[in-house]
Amino acid sequence: MTGNLKNVNVIGAWLLGFLWLWPLLYAIWAAIHPIEYQVRFDIFAPLTLFNFKNAWAQAPFAQYMLNTLIYVTLTTSSQFVVCALAAFAFARFEFPLKNVLFGLVLIQLLIHPEVVLIENYKTIRFLGLMDTIPAISLPYIASAFGIFVLRQTFKTVPKALDDAALIDGANTLQILRHVYIPLSLPTFVAYGLVSISYHWNNYLWPLIVTNSDDSRVLNVGLAVFSMEEAGVEWATISAATLMVTAPLIIAFLIFQRQFIESFSTTGIK
Amino acid sequence: MKRFSRIIVECACLADQKPMKQTVLLAPFASPFAGHVSMSKFRKFLPPFLLLSPSIVLLLTFVHIPAIHTIYLSFFSTPKGRRPSKFKGLENYQDMIADPVFWKVLGNNLIYAITTIPASIIIALIMAQLVNSALPGRPFLRFSFFLPVVLPLIAVGNIWLFFYLPGFGLIDQIGSLFGLPNTNILGSSETVLWGIVGVSIWKESGFYMIFFLAALQGIPRDLKEAAYIEGANNWQIFRRITLPLITPTILFISVIATINAFIRIEHLFSMTQGGPNYNSALLLYYLYENAFVFWDTAYAIAQSVFLIVLLSIIGIGQIFLMDRRVHYQ
Repeated sequence: MTGNLKNVNVIGAWLLGFLWLWPLLYAIWAAIHPIEYQVRFDIFAPLTLFNFKNAWAQAPFAQYMLNTLIYVTLTTSSQFVVCALAAFAFARFEFPLKNVLFGLVLIQLLIHPEVVLIENYKTIRFLGLMDTIPAISLPYIASAFGIFVLRQTFKTVPKALDDAALIDGANTLQILRHVYIPLSLPTFVAYGLVSISYHWNNYLWPLIVTNSDDSRVLNVGLAVFSMEEAGVEWATISAATLMVTAPLIIAFLIFQRQFIESFSTTGIK
Repeated sequence: MKRFSRIIVECACLADQKPMKQTVLLAPFASPFAGHVSMSKFRKFLPPFLLLSPSIVLLLTFVHIPAIHTIYLSFFSTPKGRRPSKFKGLENYQDMIADPVFWKVLGNNLIYAITTIPASIIIALIMAQLVNSALPGRPFLRFSFFLPVVLPLIAVGNIWLFFYLPGFGLIDQIGSLFGLPNTNILGSSETVLWGIVGVSIWKESGFYMIFFLAALQGIPRDLKEAAYIEGANNWQIFRRITLPLITPTILFISVIATINAFIRIEHLFSMTQGGPNYNSALLLYYLYENAFVFWDTAYAIAQSVFLIVLLSIIGIGQIFLMDRRVHYQ
C-alpha cells in the first residue's frame, strides 16, 4: 500500500517536473530545428543553428550582452561598497538619530523603484545621464535590503576582533575591509546572486532610460527585437530568447545550490 | 592620519561603553561655538556619518524626494511645451475615479492577485513537499521547479506566447489530438487574463517553494515520528503538525506575492501589451502607458500615488512579518 502510494507520488512528481520544464523545452525545440519542423514533432527532424545565426544577425546581441554585463557588474559591485559602509555604521557605531536614519533606509522597502519611475526618469534627464548604463544602475545602488542583511551579518562579528585590530593600529575602513568583510563573505555571495539575477531580469526601468543600442540591455533588446519584427519567425524569437537566457541558465546549472540558498536566506528578489 | 585613527579608537571605545543616551541625542543641537566638548563630539560622530553619506544621498535622490515630489505633483497639471503646470487640487484623482479604464485595470489586478497568489502558494507547497521527500530524481525536480525563477519575465513572456499561439501553440496541438477546436487565449477578452495568470503561476511558484523548503526542513523529525506512532495518517500530520508550523511562512510569502502581483508586469510587454481592450492590463502597466506612451504625466503621477499608498500598506505588513520570522527561527 505504502509502496503504491510512493509510486503514485514519484509519477506525479515527475509529471509536474516535466510540465514545469515543458515551455522551455518547447522553445528549445523550435530554436534548434528548421522552421518547417516548428510544430511538427519528429524525433528525426534535422538539427540546425540557422535560427541562432538569424537572430544574431538581426539585432546587436553581442552589444546587448556587453551592456548587460557592465550594468550588472557596476550595480552589484557598487551595492557591495555602498551598502557595506552603511551597514557597518549601523552595526557598530552609536550616533545621534541612528534609529531615524535606519528608518529612512527601510522606507526604501516600501517605495519600490517602480512606483517612482516618473520622478527618477526626470532626475536622470536632469543629470544628463539619459541613455547611459550608469543611469540604469543609479537608483538601485543604495539598497535598503543590502544594508539590512549586511547589518544583520556584521552584528554577529565578535567585537573582540575589532579591538584586536584596533590595537594593531587598523583604522575604521581597514577593520571593515580586513575583519568584517572576510567574515561576511557568504552573505555577500548570497546577496550578490540575488542582485545579479534581479538586475539581469530587470526590464521596465532600463526600457525607460535607454533608447539606443549603445546602452540597451539584453532584456530590452530582446523585447524590441520581438516586438518590432511582428511576423518574424517564432523559431528566430525562440532562438533569441534562449541566447538571452542561456548565461543565466548555465550559471544556475552550475551554482544551483548557491542560488537556491541565496534566495531563501535573503528572502527578497 | 594617526590622529584620525585615534579618534576612531575613542569612538569605538565610547560605542562599547554605550554612552548616555541623552547626551547622544542632544549632540546635533549643541551649538558649534559651545567650545571644546561639542567639537570632540563632532569628530566622534563623523565616521558613522561619513560611512552613511553615500547611501543617504542616493536614497534621498532616488527614493524619498521622488516619493514626496510625486505626491506634491499629483495636485498639478502636466506642463506642456511653454505652458507651465497649474495647481489643480484633487482633479487628477477625480479623473482617476472617473476613468472606467482605471477601474477595469484595478479589477484585473485584483483578480490577478487573488488567483495567482493562492494557486502559486499551493503549488509551491506541493513542490516543496516533493523536493523535501526521499523521491528519486530530487535534483531534477528542484532544477525544473526553480528554473523559471531565474528567467527574465520578458523571455518567459516570449516562451509562453509561443505556447498559446492559436493553431500552432502547444495548447492547440494537444487540443487537436482530442478534436478540440483551436483557441485564441491571448486574443480573446474573456480568456486573456487567465493566460497571464498561468504565466505568473509558472514563474513564481518555484520562488515560493524555496521558503517552504526551508520551513519544512526546520520542522523537527521526532514530531512527525511521534504522530506516526500514535497512528496519525499523512493528511492528519500535514493538517495538525506541518501546516501550523509553516503558517508564518505562508503569511510571509503572501505579502511578497501581493507586492509582486502589482510590480511584476514585464510579461505584459512581450505577450499582450495590456490588450485586447485593456482586458489584461495591470495597474503598473497602465501607469507606464499613461506616463511614457500617452505622456499624460499628471494622471500617471496620481496613479503612482495610489500605488505608493497601496504598496506601503502591504510593505509595512512585510517588515512586521520579517521581524516575526526572525523570532520564529
